Amino acid sequence: MAEIIGGVATSHVPAIGGAIAKARQQDPYWKPFFDGFAAVHDWLAIARPDIAVVIYNDHGLNFFLDKMPTFAVGAAPEYRNADEGWGLPVFRPFPGDPDFSWHLIEHLVADEFDITTCQEMLVDHAFAIPMALLWPGGDWPVRTVPVCINTVQHPLPSPQRCLRLGEAIGRAIAAYPSDQRVLVIATGGLSHQLDGERAGFINKEFDLLFLEKLVSDPEALTRYSIPELVKLAGTQGIELLMWLAMRGALSGPVNERHRNYHIPISNTASALLLLERQAAAA
Amino acid sequence: MTPVAHEIPGTTLFDGAQARRGYALNKLCYSLNSAENRAAFLRDEGGYCARFGLDDRQSEAVRRRNVLDLIAAGGNVYYLAKMAGAFGLDVQDIGAQQTGMSVDAFKAKLVAAGR
Repeated sequence: MAEIIGGVATSHVPAIGGAIAKARQQDPYWKPFFDGFAAVHDWLAIARPDIAVVIYNDHGLNFFLDKMPTFAVGAAPEYRNADEGWGLPVFRPFPGDPDFSWHLIEHLVADEFDITTCQEMLVDHAFAIPMALLWPGGDWPVRTVPVCINTVQHPLPSPQRCLRLGEAIGRAIAAYPSDQRVLVIATGGLSHQLDGERAGFINKEFDLLFLEKLVSDPEALTRYSIPELVKLAGTQGIELLMWLAMRGALSGPVNERHRNYHIPISNTASALLLLERQAAAA
Repeated sequence: MTPVAHEIPGTTLFDGAQARRGYALNKLCYSLNSAENRAAFLRDEGGYCARFGLDDRQSEAVRRRNVLDLIAAGGNVYYLAKMAGAFGLDVQDIGAQQTGMSVDAFKAKLVAAGR
């Protein structure tokens, strides 16, 4: 059976793509962010995942308000990045794994998650930038499955629902009849708000509490409603939902292998977290 | 069902009411994913707004590049960011505009949040 080898969560701010394109990783502004990834690169070199399930939120590249799925799962042979309106360089296509995608889809629907399936799917910066941060250089050594959570249009799925989605993803991976090694990636956050008179809102105290609870007691985070989470983390800080889903997929006790937290990247409190399941850590 | 009250100062949740109000405006912004459409928009803003069926309030907010007015008219910031990009504005520029700060003061506020 397939094995979940761990989970990585990282911010996905579009400006990171600009910094990569201009090779600014060692500029004083960017260094504290990019240097955080060295430990993850070392871990990936040993962990060698075959498949990455990437849990992210689309920002108006693949989905518009005409049709807005709460949860969408990719089932394509490859996923292309494209211009999101800023004319930034486009990342190389990401290989898919339709066999694994359909296995995941079958399991999620059987588990009562009524997801949308996508045989064509453009992936935006929230998918592409974390891939480029984990595997710099643009050669993707993993096959990917995008899982998109709606954070654009309220009502959004609750923190509890996203944790449960992750748990269902974890059960599906564990039931995959193959010896594939699967990494679960979450992208977005932490606290930030782009819109309104409260633009620029960052909440370090809550971010640190969230990270602590995500590792030790994710169930405690399900007590928050969506408006409460927006109040504490900002309108876009709601991307913490993806982190909860990743944590759900790992299920049970985890070891925190690495963490980086840095303010600010663009308007965002940036964070990076690497988790291993205790059962898997030998 | 009555929507849950969610009063957060300086914050508009993009809910069903906003999504209905702002549909045409957000659809225009979504079209700006294409470089060709960005060029067409910048060549003739008024005509482009009319083609997407923006109402007077939305067209005026576009003309004035006023982000708070665009949000009040139903704009969603993920889509508005595409329009801001077409105007050469980044998220620090629009953050400064919405908070009435200079861009430098807004950036300093972000840095201060890390202390």
